[in-house]
Amino acid sequence: MNISFRLNGETIALSNVAATTTLLDWLRDTKGLKGTKEGCNEGDCGACTVMVTDETGAMALNACILFLPQLNGKAVRTVEGIAAPDGSLHPVQQTMISEHGSQCGFCTPGFIVSMATAHLNGVRDHDTQLAGNLCRCTGYAPILRAAQAAEDAPVPDHMSDTPPARAAVMPGNWVQPRSADDLADWYTAHPEGTLVGGATDVGLWVTKGFRDLGAVAFLADCADLRKINVTDDHVEIGAAATVTALLEAMKPLHPSFAAMLTRYGSVQVRNAATIGGNIANGSPIGDGAPALIALGATLHLRKGEKRRALPLEKFFLSYGKQDRTPGEFVEKISIPRKPDRLKCYKLSKRFDQDISAVCGCLSIEVTDDIVTDARLVFGGMAGTPSRAPQAEAALKGASWSESTIAAAARALANDFTPLSDMRASASYRMETAQNMLRRYWLEDNQASLSLAEVRP
Amino acid sequence: MSVAKPLPHDAAALHVTGSARYVDDVPTPADTLHLAFGVSEIACGTIQSMTLDAVRAAPEVVAVLTAADLPFENDVSPSNHDEPLLATDRIHYAGQPLFLVVATSHHAARHAARLGEVTAHVDEPILTVDEALAADSRFEDGPRVYTRGDVEEALRSAPHVFSGQIDIGGQEHFYLEGQAALALPQEGGDMVVLSSTQHPTEIQHKVAEALGLPMHAVRVETRRMGGGFGGKESQGNALAVASAVAAAQTGRPCKMRYDRDDDMIITGKRHDFRIRYRVGCDADGRLQGIDFTHLVRCGWAQDLSLPVADRAMLHADNAYFLPAVRITSHRLKTNTQSATAFRGFGGPQGMLGIERVMDHIATKLSLDPLAVRAANFYGVQGGKTTPYGQDVDDFILPQMLDHLRATSDFEARQTAVANWNAAHQTLKKGLALTPVKFGISFTLTHLNQAGALVHVYQDGSVHLNHGGTEMGQGLFQKVAQVAATRFGIDPSRVKITATDTGKVPNTSATAASSGSDLNGMAVQAACDTIRERMADLLAREHQCHVADVVFREGEVLVASARYSFEEVAQKCYLARISLSATGFYKTPKVAWDRIKGEGRPFFYFAYGVAATEVVIDTLTGENRILRADILHDAGASLNPGLDIGQIEGGYVQGAGWLTMEELVWDEKGRLRTHAPSTYKIPSFSDRPEIFNVSLWDAPNAEETVYRSKAVGEPPFMLGISAFSALSQAVQACGSQYADLQAPATAEEVLAAVNRARGAA
Repeated sequence: MNISFRLNGETIALSNVAATTTLLDWLRDTKGLKGTKEGCNEGDCGACTVMVTDETGAMALNACILFLPQLNGKAVRTVEGIAAPDGSLHPVQQTMISEHGSQCGFCTPGFIVSMATAHLNGVRDHDTQLAGNLCRCTGYAPILRAAQAAEDAPVPDHMSDTPPARAAVMPGNWVQPRSADDLADWYTAHPEGTLVGGATDVGLWVTKGFRDLGAVAFLADCADLRKINVTDDHVEIGAAATVTALLEAMKPLHPSFAAMLTRYGSVQVRNAATIGGNIANGSPIGDGAPALIALGATLHLRKGEKRRALPLEKFFLSYGKQDRTPGEFVEKISIPRKPDRLKCYKLSKRFDQDISAVCGCLSIEVTDDIVTDARLVFGGMAGTPSRAPQAEAALKGASWSESTIAAAARALANDFTPLSDMRASASYRMETAQNMLRRYWLEDNQASLSLAEVRP
Repeated sequence: MSVAKPLPHDAAALHVTGSARYVDDVPTPADTLHLAFGVSEIACGTIQSMTLDAVRAAPEVVAVLTAADLPFENDVSPSNHDEPLLATDRIHYAGQPLFLVVATSHHAARHAARLGEVTAHVDEPILTVDEALAADSRFEDGPRVYTRGDVEEALRSAPHVFSGQIDIGGQEHFYLEGQAALALPQEGGDMVVLSSTQHPTEIQHKVAEALGLPMHAVRVETRRMGGGFGGKESQGNALAVASAVAAAQTGRPCKMRYDRDDDMIITGKRHDFRIRYRVGCDADGRLQGIDFTHLVRCGWAQDLSLPVADRAMLHADNAYFLPAVRITSHRLKTNTQSATAFRGFGGPQGMLGIERVMDHIATKLSLDPLAVRAANFYGVQGGKTTPYGQDVDDFILPQMLDHLRATSDFEARQTAVANWNAAHQTLKKGLALTPVKFGISFTLTHLNQAGALVHVYQDGSVHLNHGGTEMGQGLFQKVAQVAATRFGIDPSRVKITATDTGKVPNTSATAASSGSDLNGMAVQAACDTIRERMADLLAREHQCHVADVVFREGEVLVASARYSFEEVAQKCYLARISLSATGFYKTPKVAWDRIKGEGRPFFYFAYGVAATEVVIDTLTGENRILRADILHDAGASLNPGLDIGQIEGGYVQGAGWLTMEELVWDEKGRLRTHAPSTYKIPSFSDRPEIFNVSLWDAPNAEETVYRSKAVGEPPFMLGISAFSALSQAVQACGSQYADLQAPATAEEVLAAVNRARGAA
């Protein structure tokens, strides 16, 4: 129940740490550091962004859904630690002042930390780096100018943190297993316990649902579960690999999947969220599963020493119900290496950081103008991420043509009976899912139709 | 002279280091208690019983209050005394506070608030404007109607007559800092309240009522808000009153802040409107008669709905002369959150009505939408009087329009868009240019007043206070620049202090874009009083005229002598001359009869023009703003840096309102979009990729502070150009009228594409 981490350069050792105290609450209520703000308490606004450094480097995370144990052995830098110890401002702080980048100032600390983290990491894709920070005052234009103006300034020395040794965790109601084997033992003994990957979903169970998690295992220290292995015939993705890591791995293999993952949550969310969590929570609107199913993924489950594997789509039994027994956990996901035919179409009200109304991931293999295989997978169309068997059947063996696509689109209407909710109506979901098939055809036959690539 | 310099926001250095304090950041005494409301799950009904044993038994809970426990007034309405802090028997909306939990931590209070068991007789709620109209559920006795000329005759005789309708969605404020208040009980029953509010005097007034105290026993302080946008004009009353009542009862400091979901479920939003119109025009699209009907969904309590609906009517003309006009406004009462002030205060909705008409005329008659707009501008056909009788004397939109057409390369880009649309089937573009004319002043005339308090200390430093509140707009910096300029000193010598009802009394809300106009003038008056006393002393000493004493660059020049400003302050002190003064200002020339709809509600108008280019995806309706060019009239700007910030931010907020921001209630009246996971405000990449913003830097024709113009609200309506551009893009998909509704979400855009293609 002990943890040790560095906070703005100072070593902090805490004992009797509760599993579910968030870093944000601890900073504000216990430590008296009020610079980090609560805007939404669910990881959607970025006002609570902090920089966390571990052995992989520095990253932005949302402190509101980050539990204290997740910081064991890491270094944290809050907005109070962005200026140098002598008080001189960081380059992004200077440019945010000179470019009028703050108005009400409430989102500003989060922006400053995101910008300083990106600056430290030498990344300049500001649209991506700052997609997880909402501002209601400025319209973002001056913030972009500030980020650009600071690009070439040298990184201040104090920004490079070295994480301290992690404190040995005493037995208690939460654990930090170091390997899948450790986890398997613990979970067998605590089958009703809660597994926490990045807490981007479980965090909300606590901050919004007031749920008692019982015994908790934090998975981030299971080094073997974090690995992504690319071999000649498979890609093996550890369940605790972050979405950021998956995104990087997919860039050369399945660029459309990678492009969709850049819209998965925000930088802060992707740095925490794990692909295993995205699958295991069984959400019908998670964006990971449709793409992986379309790639023919196999899910590897483990309970104690017993392992089993099943096609990923078989894991999702019905809404809220998965093929997983108590004590059983997702160990890895594997996908076969094959030529990339995957297109991922994520449709949401807002381009960045929004949950999909429909997520269509389509892989259609064509040889000599005949469709040889089709995997059409949709999120948001049913109670689980689901393949479209009738539409797939309409494609397979048919000539690769506009009329075949039209037939598949018609068949899709028999595959799904989507719901209406605050994200979209049932009819819109169906129409756009059908149009995703048409888009696949059009993109296969002409230049990209991506809205994002249109220039003024 | 510091006025007109683009100085950074006065708190920018505090913002970027995380040291700017908001209510929840203020260190609290160790015994501070925390509050949360238990709220209604149903939209309409009568409470039969509330079982709160589990709430009282929950960990850390100190007290649970219901309406019966409130000692005096149970009301937090800013207008009509129709808004109980805690429900008595009737439930009016899902989210209505029913009981108040007082606990030793914020989390404990929130958690316990969910444990109440409420049984109620559930009635069928009135949710939509149609249901409200059918039930005659409304505020005021009947619709308010403003007319000029014989509309029916004009419609009969017009060559082209048609009708239409547009639904205009509401909008959540989504200030990043949620509502918050902290009440600190004082000796003798007095109360000090720190509140995140645009209206400290209102908080003082409501807290005093609730505690049964005169206003002098309550002091309210507001240093800054983390965003307001109108959402903190009246919606903070409940938290401040709850905190004060609990503090009075427990004798301990009490703090309340809404969790984001609570904030969105409990508080009011922008009014959604349905606007119907019947239009008569000639072959060139010139209006001959227009008949507007505004169906305004006000929610359950009156709040500020009457002046909001009035302002919508007052902007039904926008920039256009309406020869014969009737505007009928129904203020409908529904079992939903009580809609409230939001940047533009009804103006945007009224303005979108006429802008929609312009686009509809253009489509109907196959005319260029911009040509239709220009043909209807005030003054083109000679008419320069608004439907409510105020003349538009200072109409600079034609010049601004010409300027923006040139700088945005509008005609060439119109051709390029047409070429693109001819060449592309799936992705279609739209380009539109729309104007804004926005009336400046509170329509309730008596609110157009402000006070200030200025002290000069012996060392020449200046303490500045006024009735305006800082919510990010840069008011404090602008006003400090005015003070520094009056004294001829550097703004760094002016200390900007928290708004405080104990320093300047009887203030109006910082609203209606009036902050710098009113408070800038009041501060100027206070500074001038002190400056005149200083000059008088020096003039007597040096045997010269007061007018010959010059304050500049930190010095005071008189005859051949030269003093530092602090020397003059010191001399005044030694000569026993007061270095403290109040200042007062009331806006001249305004007079308005809201029942008749006649008079001069506005001191002046602020203008702007925006050209927006968009692209839509006809397979999904997804859309993007590619480029926006804006020219906006801030008069002689007090601070161009801050003013451009208001314009950029206002535009994006306005475009968000009309595109991705969608409020959804279910069939039981429960808000389904009550968190940023489901309610989407524009994010970083949603700003226009090319975003050119310029100021029309010309002095205000009216005598405002340094001839500047108000800039808070008007730029919001520049976002209408994005909606109009989307209308053009969907219209490019087919020959039928696309009839785009707002917000133009991807789903709505796709529906409009289908309508244009005749496939709906």
